[in-house]
Amino acid sequence: MSAADATGSAAAAIRRTPKSRGLIGDGSTRTSRTVRYVFLLLFLLFVLTPVYVVVITSFKTSADTTAAAQWSLPETWTLEPWRKAWEVLQPYMIRSLSLAIPAAIISSLIGSANGFVLARWRFPGANLVFAFILFGMFIPYQAVMLPLRTTFTELDVTRGVPTLLIAHVIYGIPICTLIFRNYYATVVPTEIIESARVDGAGLVQTYARIILPISISGFVVTLIWQFTSVWNDFLFALFLTQQNNGPVTLGLAALSGGQKVDYAASMAGALITSFPTLLVYIVLGRWFIGGLMAGALKG
Amino acid sequence: MHGRIRTWGPGALVLLPTVLLLGYFVYGLIAWSFNTSLTDRHTARKGPADYVGFENYVNLFGEERFLNSLKNLGVLTVAFIVGTLIFGVLWALLLEKGVPGESIFRSVFLFPMAISMIASGVVWAWLLNPSQGEDARGLNRLFETLHLGFLENPWWTAGNRWTTMASIALPAVWQLSGYIMALFLAGFRGIPGELREAARVDGASEFKLYRHVLFPQLSPIALSALIILGHMSLKLFDLIYAITGPNQFRTEVPAVYMWNTLLRSDQAKAAAIAIVMLAVVAVLVIPYVAYTVRQEAEE
Repeated sequence: MSAADATGSAAAAIRRTPKSRGLIGDGSTRTSRTVRYVFLLLFLLFVLTPVYVVVITSFKTSADTTAAAQWSLPETWTLEPWRKAWEVLQPYMIRSLSLAIPAAIISSLIGSANGFVLARWRFPGANLVFAFILFGMFIPYQAVMLPLRTTFTELDVTRGVPTLLIAHVIYGIPICTLIFRNYYATVVPTEIIESARVDGAGLVQTYARIILPISISGFVVTLIWQFTSVWNDFLFALFLTQQNNGPVTLGLAALSGGQKVDYAASMAGALITSFPTLLVYIVLGRWFIGGLMAGALKG
Repeated sequence: MHGRIRTWGPGALVLLPTVLLLGYFVYGLIAWSFNTSLTDRHTARKGPADYVGFENYVNLFGEERFLNSLKNLGVLTVAFIVGTLIFGVLWALLLEKGVPGESIFRSVFLFPMAISMIASGVVWAWLLNPSQGEDARGLNRLFETLHLGFLENPWWTAGNRWTTMASIALPAVWQLSGYIMALFLAGFRGIPGELREAARVDGASEFKLYRHVLFPQLSPIALSALIILGHMSLKLFDLIYAITGPNQFRTEVPAVYMWNTLLRSDQAKAAAIAIVMLAVVAVLVIPYVAYTVRQEAEE
């Protein structure tokens, strides 16, 4: 299985809990089931331990963050760290939102058009073009970062949201194209396109009438994927922006850096900056996995 | 001929902007970086520079600091891949037969992937506090409280390369094991139930069933996982930046060294490091892309 064909089928396969295993049973005894459960609960604790300490710390007063009390519940609960973190992060949050939402939408639209052509409106050499696009997904961005900065300076693009928007849209095209190409190859029967062509429908008509209406699932996956990766990006932010015009990852790094770190506020900040992507994950989790399957190789 | 172009022409036209954009922003900029790496542009100045051939590369590979960063990367990659595979495969095995509350376990194991590496790095920087005993903070304090004092350690701040880089790998393992779980879970669930039943009817033990029937089916997934993880590890930057700061020789990898070099405005050297990173990624990924595209073409 390749990352490519994993997109749709794997996400569905994960949820396909094996219900009946026939007469032979599933080969496990009650003891083995109990042991499995105990292990799963232990691992659950392992994964959630950092969450516990982050959450309780974010409600502590600075007097309360002593070494000895680090893992205990707050003596007095306070919202002060949250207020402080929000005050610092608010402008960054607004910039990140005004960056991540349009970036996700634009690269998804381009990806959808590209994906349709590569899957169902092929032309000679389409595979070569596909490989050409796909490779852009894997490059370490360090390899383009220096000339990218120079290009933006020469084109006089305003540092901040505009530079990041352009960068994220362009470098997001390969993954969106890949997701849509695989999506259309799975859900759009070739015959429908053929008969539309016989009826004299052109590319634009076919796309608008047949493809777009059934593209919702694909769009959900790419929108989530792009939104999350733009929101979480730090590399482009560090290279292309500064504190006064950068996104939320840069804000969090500033809040938690320096000599005298306010731990309670940094933890509140980590939670605040993670909130939008966590919300997306919780509400649209099953779509999120679809993107993960295809997108893990990006940047 | 004219009719054929009418058929596929519009498709090629849709892809043209993408090809032009990626042609410049991926391939063009890589060529530009490579060109810079062949010059003596060791400052931020613009004007013309002289070509020095592969001198920058020769210098890099003769330099203690760069070799150190490569060794760190190697150890980090091994620790990260081994750790993530152990947890990911174990979780998939524990879940694959279906347990009550499976979706909760799955969601919890996967959620760290929705969080930015900067946010998780801020948290882990604090969990991996090196103080021990009375002053212990972070995880060491948890061990102290649980009377597991023997587990306390200085994490990445002391010790040999293996313990240092394993400490850095720990947060990455925490963040990405769920992803490997999802990959393998999809793999297990994709195996037809009849295969298991046939093996059980033949009297195969559970161990033999996994060893000889199920695992061989999953080798393509294992290969994908290896490539995905290896490629992620090569690009790991945010986490190290957040946990140790960018100026730690102990934990420096090429991605971080490149940033430090750029801060000193040595453009030629920074470009050379970036190109080395690209070469390492390309060795890993080009065969994979070629395989993926060829496989898709056969469909």
